[in-house]
Amino acid sequence: MTELSAHLPQFQHGQLTENFPDTHLSNTNDNSERRRHDNSERRRNDNAESETNGQPQSNVQQVVEQDEEEDEELTLKYGAKHVIMLFVPVTLCMVVVVATIKSVSFYTRKDGQLIYTPFTEDTETVGQRALNSILNAAIMISVIIVMTILLVVLYKYRCYKVIHGWLIISSLLLLFFFSFIYLGEVFKTYNVAMDYITVALMIWNFGVVGMICIHWKGPLRLQQAYLIMISALMALVFIKYLPEWTAWLILAVISVYDLIAVLCPKGPLRMLVETAQERNETLFPALIYSSTMIWLVNMAEEDPEAQRKSKNSTSDKQAPASRTQNEDAEADDGGFSQEWQQQRDNRIGPIESTPESRAAVQALPSNSQTSEDPEERGVKLGLGDFIFYSVLVGKASATASGDWNTTLACFVAILIGLCLTLLLLAIFKKALPALPISITFGLVFYFATDNLVQPFMDQLAFHQFYI
Amino acid sequence: MTLAVFFGCTFIAFGPAFGLFIFTIARDPLRIIILIAGAFFWLVSLLLSSLIWFIAVKASDPQDERLQKGLLIFGVMFSVLLQEAFRFLYYKLLRKAIEGLVALSEDGCSPISIQQMAYVAGVGFGLMSGAFSMINLLADALGPGTVGIHGDSQLYFLTSAFMTMVLIFLHTFWGILFFHGCEHRRWWEITAVVIMHLTVSGLVYGAEQAPSQDPEALQDVPIPSHPSPPLPSWRQDRASPSLQYLFSWTGGPWPALVGQALGSICGSQPTSVAETGSLQRPFGSLHKTPQFWGTQLCWPCCELSPS
Repeated sequence: MTELSAHLPQFQHGQLTENFPDTHLSNTNDNSERRRHDNSERRRNDNAESETNGQPQSNVQQVVEQDEEEDEELTLKYGAKHVIMLFVPVTLCMVVVVATIKSVSFYTRKDGQLIYTPFTEDTETVGQRALNSILNAAIMISVIIVMTILLVVLYKYRCYKVIHGWLIISSLLLLFFFSFIYLGEVFKTYNVAMDYITVALMIWNFGVVGMICIHWKGPLRLQQAYLIMISALMALVFIKYLPEWTAWLILAVISVYDLIAVLCPKGPLRMLVETAQERNETLFPALIYSSTMIWLVNMAEEDPEAQRKSKNSTSDKQAPASRTQNEDAEADDGGFSQEWQQQRDNRIGPIESTPESRAAVQALPSNSQTSEDPEERGVKLGLGDFIFYSVLVGKASATASGDWNTTLACFVAILIGLCLTLLLLAIFKKALPALPISITFGLVFYFATDNLVQPFMDQLAFHQFYI
Repeated sequence: MTLAVFFGCTFIAFGPAFGLFIFTIARDPLRIIILIAGAFFWLVSLLLSSLIWFIAVKASDPQDERLQKGLLIFGVMFSVLLQEAFRFLYYKLLRKAIEGLVALSEDGCSPISIQQMAYVAGVGFGLMSGAFSMINLLADALGPGTVGIHGDSQLYFLTSAFMTMVLIFLHTFWGILFFHGCEHRRWWEITAVVIMHLTVSGLVYGAEQAPSQDPEALQDVPIPSHPSPPLPSWRQDRASPSLQYLFSWTGGPWPALVGQALGSICGSQPTSVAETGSLQRPFGSLHKTPQFWGTQLCWPCCELSPS
């Protein structure tokens, strides 16, 4: 475990900051890109969607409050299906994390803490424990802020190679080392006898295919599955190594930071997004979950419009930068920001990652069918969002006295928060952080269910009342 | 227990609801969102009602059993009323949503009608209610143990599963009726739904009064006393309260009600059943307590073949 701790700081530095900015970025960049793209693409998307789907898809709530402008109406239609496109991966990630927490005892065992949270929570007094957890959270958040600022600085001064190397190292660590540990613990839990050669073969294959899928190109579903898996692995690491009060405090502070960093004019993530937009680059690949790649890779024949559209944007990028499109980046940037997608089309493609990373990450098929047809834009969500949602639900299932009731309540709360965030995105059409609403709901429901609802439900079940 | 009971109870409780979900809701993203939002509304209503109950309990004397029981009844009634209030709020929200959907649609009609929304909202309420009632029970059913080993009902899991299934269906139907009543301004429908909900939730209270009506039948019954026996070692690290009621002797609402009805109809039959010695063995101490529907089903048989 000490080895793990030794590796973790470095890893987490990379992964955290990448994820955090990614979280914000995916929202902000996605949003800004969406903003740009949405203006044109969303309309096309909406049109296309309404045509292809046969019925307008709109968010359920407060649809009436939308303007009657054509833009507004069309953007609102970009709703229900994309909400579900995000519900499914978020649910899958949470299910993986909760299933692991419930079965593999390794991730609920206290084996020390990370160096980012040096203060222990095994203190004599409650006050001391509270103080320690506040200090831990403060240190962790400072680390995250520093790494985010470092990332923005690197990006601003075009140190793309450094960023790209950082990303590669993080992915390597996650895909090989953490999954090896995970596999080992699962084998221990189920008492499966295994030899090193088989394990080496499995991990090697898993890791290499993961690197290829995430950083280069691969089938959309496979890439999505890998992103979900690495988010789950990261969340499990957090659940294991963050002490309780620290974890809750960090979740709360991270949502506030997300809000500030994405919405304030001088927020690092916002600056990152704007810089990326100025340069017409995509943000960091492999840190954003996307759902639009499928059109490009899997359903090219079935949905030529989507393909053409994506290729359009990608080809636009390719033209100036001679970079192959990152299907991931393309698809990743779908997400909340429909505007972004539209803008991206307008401007030659999403601006997120460095040119090298984009080139290295994905080489889109060269068949660039120029298409101005509105495509069904996919949704994008940063992996940091996945990670923190899963941390919340995983912690709820690990430590709650209410157990499954609390887990279920947090799960529903997070999904509703996601739905509301998407609705706000449709209304405001700008970069939005995905963490605050969901994490707030999740925290409120966790503490309320654990302390209020659980005793009530216990008494009801004791007397076999049904309400 | 273990897997057989777990799967059996899961499918009894959630099978029909999941069938409804898969065949009618899962295909349409809008319906899934309405479902999840419905579950959320139910959850919020539960949260508020348990907050009220919690405050009441903390403000009262914890030693007074009758008071605690009374507070629980009050909590149940308040929760039911709050659930219906939130159902109304959800109806209002969905009405606004339909107006928006109509405004956004290209042909002037909403992709989903209020009746479909009512159905989905009802399923959402029902699924969440059922899940909250049943999930912890199912998790406990996976582990080792014997139901009713101390003389309680052996059918606790089964009755809970059936009751959960019934509740899910009832919520679905209540949702449809409620929305229909709101749609057409038929207040009697709404009040009927509320009264039905109160009745169903309140049945247990009535059922729990049943044992006192047949004192002779319970004279020689060793009633396990509260608190429940110590939890087995595998449960002690995480003392789930669900096991406490596993060993409790209170049965479900329906057995008690049936027992009441049968008892009142058949007069002194419970006593005569208790006196038939050979029938005692297969049911142990269960046959004398009218709550357990296994015994009530056998009452006529006992009378016919008293040997």
